Amino acid sequence: MLGYSIKRVALALLILVVVMLGMFAMVYVIPGDPASIALGPRATPELKALLIQRMGLDQSLPNQIWHFFRAAATGDLGIDVWSKRPVLDVILEVFPKTLLLGAVSLCWAVVLGIGLGCLAVIWRGTFIDRLLGVLSVSMIAVPSFVIALYSLLIFAVWLGWLPAIGAGQSGDWGSQARALILPSFAIGVSWVGYIARLVRASMLEVMGANHIRTARAFGLPETVVVLKYALRIAIVPTIAIIAIGAGSILSSAVFVETVFSRPGIGTLITGAVEKRNYPVVMGTVLFMTAFYLFVVTAADLLIARLDPRVRDVLRG
Amino acid sequence: MSCAVEQTVENLPPRGRGALAQLMRDPMGMTGAVLVVGFILLAIFAPLLAPYDPIQIDVRHKFQPPSLAHWAGTDQLGRDMLSRLIWGARVALGISMTATGIAGALGLLLGLVAGFGPRWLDAVLVLFFDSFSSLPMIMFALAVITVLGPGITTLIIVIVLVSVPGYGRLIRAQTLALKGADYIQAERTIGASSARIILYHLLPNVVGPLVILLSMDIPVVIMLEAGLSYLNLGVGPPTPSWGNILYDGYTSLRSAPYMVIAGGIPLILCTLGFTFLGEGLRDALDPKLKLRVAR
Repeated sequence: MLGYSIKRVALALLILVVVMLGMFAMVYVIPGDPASIALGPRATPELKALLIQRMGLDQSLPNQIWHFFRAAATGDLGIDVWSKRPVLDVILEVFPKTLLLGAVSLCWAVVLGIGLGCLAVIWRGTFIDRLLGVLSVSMIAVPSFVIALYSLLIFAVWLGWLPAIGAGQSGDWGSQARALILPSFAIGVSWVGYIARLVRASMLEVMGANHIRTARAFGLPETVVVLKYALRIAIVPTIAIIAIGAGSILSSAVFVETVFSRPGIGTLITGAVEKRNYPVVMGTVLFMTAFYLFVVTAADLLIARLDPRVRDVLRG
Repeated sequence: MSCAVEQTVENLPPRGRGALAQLMRDPMGMTGAVLVVGFILLAIFAPLLAPYDPIQIDVRHKFQPPSLAHWAGTDQLGRDMLSRLIWGARVALGISMTATGIAGALGLLLGLVAGFGPRWLDAVLVLFFDSFSSLPMIMFALAVITVLGPGITTLIIVIVLVSVPGYGRLIRAQTLALKGADYIQAERTIGASSARIILYHLLPNVVGPLVILLSMDIPVVIMLEAGLSYLNLGVGPPTPSWGNILYDGYTSLRSAPYMVIAGGIPLILCTLGFTFLGEGLRDALDPKLKLRVAR
């Protein structure tokens, strides 16, 4: 397990280095003057000179790469051109809000998805199973921002049950929770579909496996067989898909946060793109990529712990 | 764009009428096929089917609710919503099919090179595929848009860049699996060139799964195009795109809710159609190509 963990973490770090090199290339190799692009339409000669010095653009290429990596490794993602604050501070201010939104979306989706998946297994082959199948695929197919717009129209504008915009009043937990309902619904819907399909497929596969038959032959109660032996294996693909889907949740969050004017990584980066606030865009991309790699690697390690067969993939 | 593709050499797709008959027996697949054909016809014949010019401004008739004259109402500039939605199909399908087509061709090429070429090149390409797959799609798209500026060309470049690794990985896995097959070894023994093996044996066998993958990715690409256009970072006005039509509706949500309702319907139907068709095709041609998740 230790060998596998080291290899997996090393691979994640290597990918991060490649991604950083790619981003370095995007900033420095694109046609035109990187300082002007970074500063956007607000570039003044003084600001440009300062940024050229700060970015090390007057140094040799190896020095620039070293400077870029050293800064990123120490958490220096640059300075927000508009607010003049460190980009990392700006990101860390809104990141917990997006994290909370993603976690709440995933939580209700996992509960409902596992429930629907189990129902489909219980009624497998029946009309209900087929109906749940079509429903799951439909949930996956509908874009989250359209669900966001429709739910905003119905529950906030027409019925007036829930707030239309914002993240609730600070300090008021009730108002913050109410502001979370519609955005987390919009993000979670497609995940209900994914998880229901996956749980159904893996449960059906596991229930026919040899170790389940053996467990039954030993006379273990059905609850123990299902919860201790079947679910343990059936849940593995679900963990994998949730981890891989961290990126998909982020994508949905970008759109959904914009629809509900909710502070978070989505509104931060879309605002930055509109203003061509280059350091914030690049800093956010780098931060979120590192976060995504962390989640995927952690999930891989967890899966390897739950299902030892996975470790053989890297070992081989 | 996608991952967790599992594919093995022993489940090469059945071809011909059997698969088509199976697709036609599957209600979900058939619904998808009907919707997709409908949208393709809508896109092709948009100039004939649209009752009005989609960019013709008529401020005297702005915010008209649905009526006999304007079936889906008019927008904030008095443009006919139905005409804009019909032309929007052309934009959505045009961009998604062009981009997935280019990405598919590039993925095919890189996958074949990775699977058939020297090991060091395979390692480099796999690292490239893994690195690109590790970038959250939307974040990467926004970074590229910041550098290149929004527009249809940027949108296509973004889609191609985020899609290629998924296709490349699939083709590489297929190529590696096929490379060791007995009939390929036999070809080698009788002195067949690499070009002949690739063209006559590998290519026909790897194209099937790629087509399924492409059809399953089209709805994801349509969603991305609409989403970025909604954020004003994709197709810009006055060109009608389902995304920017929805944004116009969002800004007038209280006064003209019909704009958002009408704007969402074709997008939902189109993504549902392609997803149903993709599922049907997968079941008919290649049941073992597992569920994938968009990043």
